[in-house]
Amino acid sequence: MFPRPIQSRSSNYQLAYKILVPVALFIWLLPLLAIFMTSLRPAADINTGNMFGWPSEFKLVENYLTVFRESQAVTYFFNSIKVTIPTVMISVSLACMAGYALSIYRFRAALPLFFMFVAGNFVPFQILMVPVRDLAVQTNLYNTVTGLVLFHAAFQTGFCTLFMRNFIKALPFDLIESARIEGVSEYKIFWYVVLPLVRPAIAALSVLVFTFVWNDFFWATVLTNGEATKPITAGIQSLNGQFVSRWHLVSAASLMAAIPPVAMFFAMQKHFIAGLTLGAVK
Amino acid sequence: MKKSMIATLLASTAIAGSAFAGDLVINFDDTNPAPKEGFENAVAAFKAANPDVNVTVNFTDREAHKTAIRNFLSADAPDITAWYPGNRMAPFVDAGQFEDISDLWASDPNLSQNFEAIKPTMTRDGKQWGVPYSYYQWGVYYRADIFEQYGIGEPSTWDEMLSACDTLKQNGVTPFTIGTKYLWTAAGVFDYLNLRTNGYDVHNALTAGEIKYTDDRIKATFENWKTMLDRCSFVDNHATMSWQDAIAPFASGDAAMYVMGNFSVASYKDAGLTDDQIDYFPFPEITPGLARAEEAPADALFIPANAKNKEDARKFLSFIAQPEIQSAWNKTLGQLPPNSKAEVDSGDKFIMQGMQTVSTAAGLAQFYDRDAPAEMAKAGMEGFQEFMVKPERMDAILKRLDSIQEKVYK
Amino acid sequence: MKKYRQNQQCSAPWVFLAPALLFFTIYVIFPIFRSIWISFYEWDGIGQATWVGLANYVELLDDDRFYTSLKNNIIWLVCFMLAVPAGLLVALFLNQTIWGMRFYKSMFFFPFVISQVVVGLIFSWFYNPNFGIVGKVWEYFGAVPPSILGDERFVTYGIIFAGLWPQVAYCMILYLTGLNNISSDQIEAGRLDGAKGWRMLRYVVLPQLWPATFLAIVVTVIGALRSFDMIATMTRGGPWGSSNVLSFFMYETALSEYGFRMGYGSAIAVVLFMIMLVFIGYFLWVMYQDERRT
Repeated sequence: MFPRPIQSRSSNYQLAYKILVPVALFIWLLPLLAIFMTSLRPAADINTGNMFGWPSEFKLVENYLTVFRESQAVTYFFNSIKVTIPTVMISVSLACMAGYALSIYRFRAALPLFFMFVAGNFVPFQILMVPVRDLAVQTNLYNTVTGLVLFHAAFQTGFCTLFMRNFIKALPFDLIESARIEGVSEYKIFWYVVLPLVRPAIAALSVLVFTFVWNDFFWATVLTNGEATKPITAGIQSLNGQFVSRWHLVSAASLMAAIPPVAMFFAMQKHFIAGLTLGAVK
Repeated sequence: MKKSMIATLLASTAIAGSAFAGDLVINFDDTNPAPKEGFENAVAAFKAANPDVNVTVNFTDREAHKTAIRNFLSADAPDITAWYPGNRMAPFVDAGQFEDISDLWASDPNLSQNFEAIKPTMTRDGKQWGVPYSYYQWGVYYRADIFEQYGIGEPSTWDEMLSACDTLKQNGVTPFTIGTKYLWTAAGVFDYLNLRTNGYDVHNALTAGEIKYTDDRIKATFENWKTMLDRCSFVDNHATMSWQDAIAPFASGDAAMYVMGNFSVASYKDAGLTDDQIDYFPFPEITPGLARAEEAPADALFIPANAKNKEDARKFLSFIAQPEIQSAWNKTLGQLPPNSKAEVDSGDKFIMQGMQTVSTAAGLAQFYDRDAPAEMAKAGMEGFQEFMVKPERMDAILKRLDSIQEKVYK
Repeated sequence: MKKYRQNQQCSAPWVFLAPALLFFTIYVIFPIFRSIWISFYEWDGIGQATWVGLANYVELLDDDRFYTSLKNNIIWLVCFMLAVPAGLLVALFLNQTIWGMRFYKSMFFFPFVISQVVVGLIFSWFYNPNFGIVGKVWEYFGAVPPSILGDERFVTYGIIFAGLWPQVAYCMILYLTGLNNISSDQIEAGRLDGAKGWRMLRYVVLPQLWPATFLAIVVTVIGALRSFDMIATMTRGGPWGSSNVLSFFMYETALSEYGFRMGYGSAIAVVLFMIMLVFIGYFLWVMYQDERRT
């Protein structure tokens, strides 16, 4: 283990470390604590400049209710859900199939195609912006949830395929070989042999894609404009315009936007980290 | 099987339903309380008069609407959208994205008779493209209580204003507040300085690309601006604030004046100021004897060329051109009704002063970003913002604007 | 029967690939080429497009805003790289087994999960000299607080600093996983050779962490070049365009309130794409070497 385990140090050292870690964490999360505290404050605190002191009153519920009442935050929130869930389902399923094809079969195009998915995953969004928007406009999908879902699903397929292909490649190939020898069809092998084995990868990808898509702001601005389709990230932007100088409400709305990915992260932490760090170890 | 049949049934009734009810979709561009209420009331009145029309309104934040419109006009057009006249509507008119409603202007009793003054700004290529529902004066909003406290009167000349600023600064009050993050507020100051230094014709020639930014007359405007920055300083840090953020120092009394449009009055009141604490004066004279021109931008409603229900859209536009509707709407807004037969809210001192200022003006400008083409406006306003923070870069900024002007107006 | 099975083995991959390929081609591959094509046109997105050849690129070479954005992109790339060593540092700090460590680690990772829009909002509020933390701290020391987001000298660094917060968390988690997997034999062997501290890190640990480092560099480069959300929320490229980067400049030119020059915007996007292509090429080359070895 590196660095040297703390347990082999003097007890003073250990104590200092045990104090330092929470202190460091506190500083690290200070920005979040600050907006959390702000979302509890009454408007009076904001106006009198009590931004960082102890709140004079706790208005948690009132502030959140005000956000709901005075804005479209709830609509934005559900729009985000409507965009995110189908995207996760489509991109992960497509990637399972594509990853299977690229890892199990040896054909000449396999590697170039795999690299195409990898490269596509890295391109700057701006090079796609004008044509994708145009495509959405021409297919009447501009400013619709479907339009956003289709694009996100396609784009995330690149990342998911990269992930799935590497994951399946690491599976024992013998399993598939023996199934083939027994005469099981390729489609059944995929369904009955491979899919059950990639469940952890599916879980990891689902949480990751959920987070990526939930937090997307660029495509939300490019492909939507109305209240009825705008996801929460773009919504927060316009709320910021609407709740000018009412930082307690902006904070409350921002936290609301952060809750689903955070909840997702804590609920599926293991998968989440496994997903992000695939490739960090060899 | 059964399920899909029900789905088909539902879908077909949905389509049929929409065809019969006469859906009217309107994209409106203001989410602030007063403008929203004013518009909602107008819609409610329309619904009461036309119960068969099913009106849906999408409210968008003003800044967001400005970028969204280019998308939804071609992709997902509503039946009516809010937008601005003058050069600001030019790209859409030229691209055939707005419906020509000259027929409505000719046949409607209100539009044909009571909108003479504003008709030119709604006109392009000899045709009319929208119906204005409101316009408003610009000028200087100030803290009457602070002025009184230090014995300052409403300045009507440049020297009076500069000495008022001196007094304010001596007492630790920043003379002007402004928030230039979204750039356009700086253009308000520029427009007035230029209108007062050089007059309406020179200003128009500049926004039409006929004179250069390095022209001596425009330089003189910037020299005056320099004086203003020097003696009438603006709040610090304005480059990171929106116009609404900038109300905070005004409300707290740290700053005493704000070059703004009348739509801002509602926000001052929301920030806790009372009618007695705020007042208005027209931007003071700079070059003596120059005919006084004013900024008076109008807000209007347009029918996109791709609208689905143009018939009801026309009905709606002609409905909101009526004097009673315009009176009530603008009373809520605290702005001026374009219909000359409409009543002006005589209980609102800002409106009365605005009416007075605008009706006696020798010329009305729309606003820098509506008078100049978009690309020029963007570069120009960035230049104004930079100048306000770094006045010593004047020559470099003006030269840059010249080169952009050359490109834009070719 | 055998023939059929062989056929299936040939056709099956294409059947499995078809949907993903179709989606990816329509929404990713094809648009790249179309953007390059559009960059040779002058087009406002609603009217007719006019072929202008290389004019957009020529104009770009003469556009101050382009050079400002390019310069800022380079600053982003360089400064954002700090996330890699910083992430390693945090990971080394946290790589212990004390009570509650799992919790600490996940809390440290927390900022990465939050939308950049929210991060941008938090930091623009912090940076506010009148009522943000920066204002309070400076006032405490009796100094006049700087306007970080309103001063062309600081603004880009201010935004990058905010962006580093989630990025360091990301690199940290990569390194934590990497550290978890390094061989203890080699560490012990190193210890026997008298290596410790820096030398141990440099010669024994870091080489083993190479996969994590590589990944951290990849995600950081991409993050730096994609910096859009933060700029859109914090400054919109201001003051007077001084914090602009290519990604936002492109959006501003092609789709914003004052610009609808699709062709010119596409030309900017192509330049950004070319810069990214250098990195993509390198990543693919490294991956290809890996593939050949296995």
